[in-house]
Amino acid sequence: MQIIPLFVAIPLGAAFFIPMIGRKNPRLSDTLANITTLALLLMALSVIGKSGVYWMGGWVPRLGVPLGINLVLDPVSVFMLITITLISFLVTVYSIQYMDKFTAKARFYSLFLLMVAGMNGVALTGDLFNLYVFLEIASIASYALVAFGCQHEELEASFKYLILGSVGSTAILFGIGIVYAMTGSLNMAQIANVIGGDLKAIHLFAVALFISGFGLKAALVPFHAWLPDAHPSAPAPISAMLSGVLIKTIGIYALARVMFNVIGLTPLTSYILLVLGTLSMVVGVLLAMGQDDIKRFLAYSSISQVGYVVLAIGIGTRFAIAAGLFHLINHAVFKSLLFLNSGAIEYSTGTRDLNKMGGLRDKMPVTSTTSLIGSMSIAGIPPFSGFWSKLLIIMAAVQAERYGFAAWAAGVSVLTLAAFMRLQRKAFFGEPKEAYADAKEAPASMQVSMVCLAVLCVVMGFLWVPQAKDTLLIPAAKVLQEGLNYASSVLGM
Amino acid sequence: MSNGMTPIVKTITGWVKGFILVFGIYIVLYGHLTPGGGFAGGVIIAMTFVLITLAFGKDEALKRFRIGIASELDSVGALMFLVIALLGIAGGLGGTFFTNFIAKSNPGEPYSLMSAGTILLSNIAIALKVGSSLFLVFILLVMTKVLYREPGEKP
Repeated sequence: MQIIPLFVAIPLGAAFFIPMIGRKNPRLSDTLANITTLALLLMALSVIGKSGVYWMGGWVPRLGVPLGINLVLDPVSVFMLITITLISFLVTVYSIQYMDKFTAKARFYSLFLLMVAGMNGVALTGDLFNLYVFLEIASIASYALVAFGCQHEELEASFKYLILGSVGSTAILFGIGIVYAMTGSLNMAQIANVIGGDLKAIHLFAVALFISGFGLKAALVPFHAWLPDAHPSAPAPISAMLSGVLIKTIGIYALARVMFNVIGLTPLTSYILLVLGTLSMVVGVLLAMGQDDIKRFLAYSSISQVGYVVLAIGIGTRFAIAAGLFHLINHAVFKSLLFLNSGAIEYSTGTRDLNKMGGLRDKMPVTSTTSLIGSMSIAGIPPFSGFWSKLLIIMAAVQAERYGFAAWAAGVSVLTLAAFMRLQRKAFFGEPKEAYADAKEAPASMQVSMVCLAVLCVVMGFLWVPQAKDTLLIPAAKVLQEGLNYASSVLGM
Repeated sequence: MSNGMTPIVKTITGWVKGFILVFGIYIVLYGHLTPGGGFAGGVIIAMTFVLITLAFGKDEALKRFRIGIASELDSVGALMFLVIALLGIAGGLGGTFFTNFIAKSNPGEPYSLMSAGTILLSNIAIALKVGSSLFLVFILLVMTKVLYREPGEKP
């Protein structure tokens, strides 16, 4: 399985190679960045159904005790890698023309690929401290990318994100320190073996730190204050990456991996996840209702949709986790699409204020149609992918006899529909505004990317047909649901 | 207005800067034998130029270590480290990422400079990366001016 370390090595190498040779020639940076992300996507598709453990430097475990650092490719990692690489490829295609209006494109791609390397590392690592390191690589690259425009608003948002992100990272590091002190190991499988589901008060303190740290990264509701500033301030492709992939990888995935496979889920922690998920779902959509800035609106809606995923993971049955992961990849697709749409609108009209837009449907047919598809998908209208995943989450909640949470999920879905119909009406329908009479459709590379994502909004619905479900979603849910069995499958005992 | 600090500081800096640089390089090269390594040595190397900046002003430091070169070295260091790690995968050398492929074929005399295989090379790569990027961070903080003012505030 020599391919496993390449998921980190290739974007890392490209991230340092592009600024060396691409500074004078932006087209060369475009080509290299797109080749890199395409290669990563193909690699991720090629490992579907495979699994393996990779011991760095050939330090294989002796007598079942790990000596070195390992990378673990299992169905959950494969699922996350596909999500990350799919969105990052389409976002780099979009960036070819969108980022022309910024200077220093080579540096943009450099930071972008560094972020991808960090996220791939988080998805693959089997070592708790390595998880922290990769998480910091991805976070620090994202702090810089949020400030990429270097305007006052962007620097302020980035600073807020930096401070709150560091608080989250510190909580995670503190939690890792406690776990290390209690178990004497940093290897995730070994820790699972040592703790073995026997949680003492000190472990629960570490759990609390992990929930607040990863919750901050995932922007769950009591920890969400940075997101509505940071995500809108970034350039549109980065907003798409942050909302679509970053909060899920370094937030939800890392939280789920640590809670399920390393420390072991208790009824208390799963109830906390249920409550946090529902709270994010409800508060996110209510706050989104009143927003007039289109990207801020989408950012609040991300908080709400992330709540669905956490709710599903908190229910904890195999069916519920699979539904949650299904919603995770669907949300990655349609939220990236909607952020790219908002970028196209900003590119053509120069505004993000919903009150100033209107009647853009005739001027920007591709943006408008794809945005309508994205909105219907996120609002849960059949036959789009968002409908299936929300339906399955509600069904899973009913099956697990969590009727109250199921009702909240259904109610929030209606509110989401209302919020997105407001967006569509204000931006694309209604009277055309004279100020934007000469607004034009976005350039070709941006259109290609948006159309691909809009097609995916429909195609992703087919992930739940039996063959696709059994190769991708169910095995991933099985790994998480089986909890501490992760240890024996990694260490091969 | 003259750049930098008093003649006392300038003279002392002129005497010690070479020693600090050599000490940094020593820490890098002997990282696998004595305490220290690429990160610590890289920081000391960067500190040489930070000291020159403090004593003589940033123009003098930038004459010796231009931003363009520092930025290139930053990337070169990272790439070099990655190449050393990737060479482990390359055919016949060991088979896994980060394999210490030199040590296997040629272990060297213990406690001599040419021992420990790729660790010395990795330390040099880390020193290039850390030294140049730390200098870049410092010099950029020196060069950045606050442009934003509150409304009504005098320049």
